[in-house]
Amino acid sequence: MATPSTAVPSAGPVVDSRSFLSRLRDGDEIARLITFLFAASVVLITALIVYQLWADSVLPRHKFGLNFLITRVWDPITEEFGALPFIYGTVVTSAVSLLIAIPLGVGAAIFLAELAPQKISDTLQFFIDLLAAVPSVIYGLLGIFIVVPLMRTWLGPALKDTLGFLPFFQGPNYGVGFLTAGIVLAIMVIPYIISVSREVLLAVPREQREAALSLGATRWESTWKVVVPFARTGILGSIFLALARALGETMAVTMVIGNTPTISASLFSPGYSIAAVIANEFTEATSDMYLQSLIGLGLVLFLLTFVINGLARLMIVLTTQKGSGTGRT
Amino acid sequence: MNARLRWRKFVSGFMLTMTGLCALVAVFILFFILGYLVFHGGKDINWAFFTKLPKPVGETGGGMANAIVGSAKLLLLASLIGVPIGFFGGMYLAEFSGSQVAFLVRYAADLLNGVPSIVIGIFAYAMLVLPFKHFSTFAGSFALCIMMIPITLRSTEEFLLGVPRELREGAMALGASKWRTIQSIVVPAAYRGIITAILLALARVAGETAPLLFTAFGNRFWSPGWNQPTASLPVVIFTYAVSPYEDWHRQAWAAGLVLLGLILVVNIVARVILSRGVRVPRS
Amino acid sequence: MKRFAGLALVFLAAAIITGAQSALLMNGAGATFPYPIYSKWFDEYHKMHGNIQINYQSIGSGGGIKQITEGTVDFGASDGPLNDQQLKEFQDKHGYPVLHFPTVLGAAVPAYNIPGVTATLKFTPAALAGIFLGKITKWNDPAIASQNKGVNLPDNDIVVVHRADGSGTTYCWTDYLSKVSEEWKTKVGKGTSVNWPVGLGGKGNEGVMGVIKQTPNSIGYVELIYAIQNNTPYGDVQNSAGVFVKASLAGVSAAAAGAAKNMPDDFRVSITNAPGKDAYPISTFTWLLVPSKISDPAKRDAIKGFLQWMLTSGQGYCEGLAYAKLPKEVVAREEKALAKVQ
Repeated sequence: MATPSTAVPSAGPVVDSRSFLSRLRDGDEIARLITFLFAASVVLITALIVYQLWADSVLPRHKFGLNFLITRVWDPITEEFGALPFIYGTVVTSAVSLLIAIPLGVGAAIFLAELAPQKISDTLQFFIDLLAAVPSVIYGLLGIFIVVPLMRTWLGPALKDTLGFLPFFQGPNYGVGFLTAGIVLAIMVIPYIISVSREVLLAVPREQREAALSLGATRWESTWKVVVPFARTGILGSIFLALARALGETMAVTMVIGNTPTISASLFSPGYSIAAVIANEFTEATSDMYLQSLIGLGLVLFLLTFVINGLARLMIVLTTQKGSGTGRT
Repeated sequence: MNARLRWRKFVSGFMLTMTGLCALVAVFILFFILGYLVFHGGKDINWAFFTKLPKPVGETGGGMANAIVGSAKLLLLASLIGVPIGFFGGMYLAEFSGSQVAFLVRYAADLLNGVPSIVIGIFAYAMLVLPFKHFSTFAGSFALCIMMIPITLRSTEEFLLGVPRELREGAMALGASKWRTIQSIVVPAAYRGIITAILLALARVAGETAPLLFTAFGNRFWSPGWNQPTASLPVVIFTYAVSPYEDWHRQAWAAGLVLLGLILVVNIVARVILSRGVRVPRS
Repeated sequence: MKRFAGLALVFLAAAIITGAQSALLMNGAGATFPYPIYSKWFDEYHKMHGNIQINYQSIGSGGGIKQITEGTVDFGASDGPLNDQQLKEFQDKHGYPVLHFPTVLGAAVPAYNIPGVTATLKFTPAALAGIFLGKITKWNDPAIASQNKGVNLPDNDIVVVHRADGSGTTYCWTDYLSKVSEEWKTKVGKGTSVNWPVGLGGKGNEGVMGVIKQTPNSIGYVELIYAIQNNTPYGDVQNSAGVFVKASLAGVSAAAAGAAKNMPDDFRVSITNAPGKDAYPISTFTWLLVPSKISDPAKRDAIKGFLQWMLTSGQGYCEGLAYAKLPKEVVAREEKALAKVQ
C-alpha cells in the first residue's frame, strides 16, 4: 500500500519514498530502467557522433595541424587540403544573410509584439511558423530559378551602378555567388529571428512600456529605447540561433553559390561553403586523406555551430528569466 | 504642438509603419513561395507523376512514384525508431531522473539538435553504410531519426511536466504506482501536445535532403525491403533541379509542390490540434 | 497506452509488408559521362529481364571508383581508369583485382553559351588551355578570334565552367590539356578532381550543362550527347595533325582505331590527342568497373549476362545517343575477358 508522498512545491517529478522492492513490484523500477536506457541512448549517439568526427579526421590533423584552418589550397591531386576557402564562404554567406534578415526580422517582431492586435499577431505568427517549415531544397529550387536570374539580370547590375565603388560589388556577376546564397539564407532564417524576438519582446514587463509612455515618449520611442533594449539579450540570442541555422545549411547554398573554392572580397564571386563541399565531394573522395579532410571540415562546422548554439541558448534563457508576464498595454 | 513633438510623432508613425511592412514582407514570402510552386508545379501534377517510374535520361515523361514511396518508407522507419527513443527518453527526464543526469541528457539532446544535417549524414554513412557495404533505406532512416529525437525528447519532457501536479498526486493517493500513474493519467493528459510535437518533427525531417545523399543514395526503380538504396522526394528534386533537362525541371517543380504541400498540411494540422486547449511551452 | 501500442503495431505491419523482397536489385554508381546510354541500357535490359533491376546512380567517376573500392556498390563506372595506386588499394582491400570493361566511346566537347553567337567556333589547343588556365579572359581575344574570322565575338568576360565533383570527364579533359600544354601539365595536372585556376563548378555533366545554359558567355566541357540533347553549340577542336575536327562518332572511332589494335590486357588506355587527321582529340573510352570475384552467384550471372548483352545488342543503342561503338577487336577481347569474373 503506497503511502502518500511528501508534497514538493516544484514542477519536478514527485518524490517517491517507497522501498525498492515495492517499486519493483509495481513495475516502477522497470519503467525507470527502460526509460533510462532510452535516455542514455541519446547521450550515446551524441557522444558517438563527436567521437567519429574527431577520430575520422586524424590524418589531416596530423599532417597539417592547425594550418588546416588557414590554408587556401584545396588540391586533391597533390593532397594539399586547406579549410580556409570553405570557412570563408560559410562565414560570408551567413554574415550577408544576417545583414538582411536582422532588420527585417526584428522589425517584423516589433510589429507583432507591440503594435498588432492579439489576433492579427497570432495569425501572422502562424504563417511565419509555416515559413520556417519550408524545406531547404525548395528554397534551393526557388534560388536557382528565381533569385539567380534576378541577380544576374537586374539586382547585380543595379548594385554595380550604385555601389560599384565598394570592393564588395566589383568583378564579374554570374548570378550565382556569395550574395545570392546570402539572400536565400536570409529568407530561410528570418522566421527564427521573428518568432524568438517576438516572444522575448512579449515577455518584457508591461511596466516598462507604461513608464516610458507616461513620461511622454512616443510609441516608437518607448519601443525602441526602452522595450527593445530590455529584451536585447534575447533578440541577440535569436540572431545567434539564426546564425547557427545559416552556418549548417547545405542544399540551398550548394544550389546557388557556384561551388568554387574562392576567397574574394566581391560578393558577386562564386564561392563554396563547408556543408556544400562535403555534399558534393563526399561520395567520391578517393583517398583517405581526401575523405578525412572532408570529415575534418565537418568537425570544424560542428564546432562552429556548437559554440554559436550554446551562446544563443544562454542568451535566450537569460532574457526570459529577466522578464515576466506579457507586455501588452 | 511644437515642431519637435511633431517630428517625433512623425518618426514614430513612420518607423512603426516600416515594422508593419517588415512583417508583411515576411508573410508575403510564404504566399509567394506557395503561389509560385502551385503555378509552376501544378500543371505537371497528373496521374503519371504519382504512378510512373522515372524514364531514361533525356526522355520525357515518367514520374516519381518510387520517390514518393521511398520518402514514405524512410519516414515510417525513422519514426518507428526515433519516436520511442524521444518519447521514453523524455519520459525519463520528466518522471524519473535526478537533476544531474537530466542535465546531461538535455545537454546531449540540444547538442544533437544543433548538429548540421550533413554531419549527421556523414555519421550514418560511417556507421551503417561502410560496415555493411550497402547504401540502404535503413541508413537513411537512421540519419533522419537522429534528427527527430531531440525535438521529440524535449517536447515530451515539457508536455509531461506540464501535467498538473494534482492529477499525479490524486492518482498516487488512490494507491496507483508511479508507472500506473504515468500510463493512465499523465500521458493521456499530455497526449495531444506530444502527438503534435511528433508531427512537427516528422514534417521537419520530411524535407531533409543532405543526410540522404550518402545513406539512402538513390534508386531509379522500386526499392524492395529496407536494405537497398531508395529514391526520395527531396533528393530527386535536387537532382532534377540542377540538371539541364526541361522535363526534369518541370517534374522538380511538381515534386516541390507535393512535398511542400504535405509538409504544410501536417504543420497546420499539428498546430490546430495544439491550439485547441494545450498550453504550448515554446522551445 | 493501448492506442499507442495499436498504432505501433499497424506501423510495424506496414513495415514488414513493404519489406518484401522480389527482384534481384544490383547497384552501380559512377560516371555521368555515359549516364544517358547507361540509363537507356539498364531500362531496356530490365524490360527484357523483368526480375533484374540494375540501379545506376550518376555521381561522377570519382564516386564510382571510391564506392566500388569500398564495396558499397556492386559495380562502378568511370571514364578515368584507375591508376596503379588505386588498383593496388582495391587489391589490398579485397584480395582480388577489379576489372575494367570498356562500354562505349565518347567525346568531351567545349560547349559554350555566347549571346548572339550561333556559329561553330574553332579552338586551338593553346586557346583551350589558355581559357581554362584563366589567361585568356575575353571572348574576342586574338587567340580565339584569329581562328574564327567572320564571327562577331563580343568583348565579354569568359565564364569557365568545370566539374565540382570527381569526374572522368574531367580526367579526359585534363589529360588532353596536359598533353597539349606544358603549363597546364605543371600547374594543374590531370585527374578526376583538380585544383581549377578559374571557373564555376557544376555537379555532374548534367550540372555543368545546366550552368552553361543559364550563364551567358560561359564555356565548359561536357560529353557530346549532353550538348546535343540541350541544343547547345560546341566547338571544333584542332587535333594533332592540325585539322579542326567537330566531335562526331567518326572522329571518336578514328581516335580509338590505333588503340584498338594495341589494347593492353586490362583495357586501360588513353586516346586523347590521338594521331590521324580524322581523329577527334578529346575522346575517351568509358569503363564499367567490375570486381573479379562476386560471391553472390545470382549477381555474378546477372552482371555477366548484362555485359554480354551490352557487347552485342547493347552496342546498337550507341549511335542513337551520340556515343561511338566499341571497335570490333575490343569487343572480341572483352568477351574473352568476361571469363575472368568469377
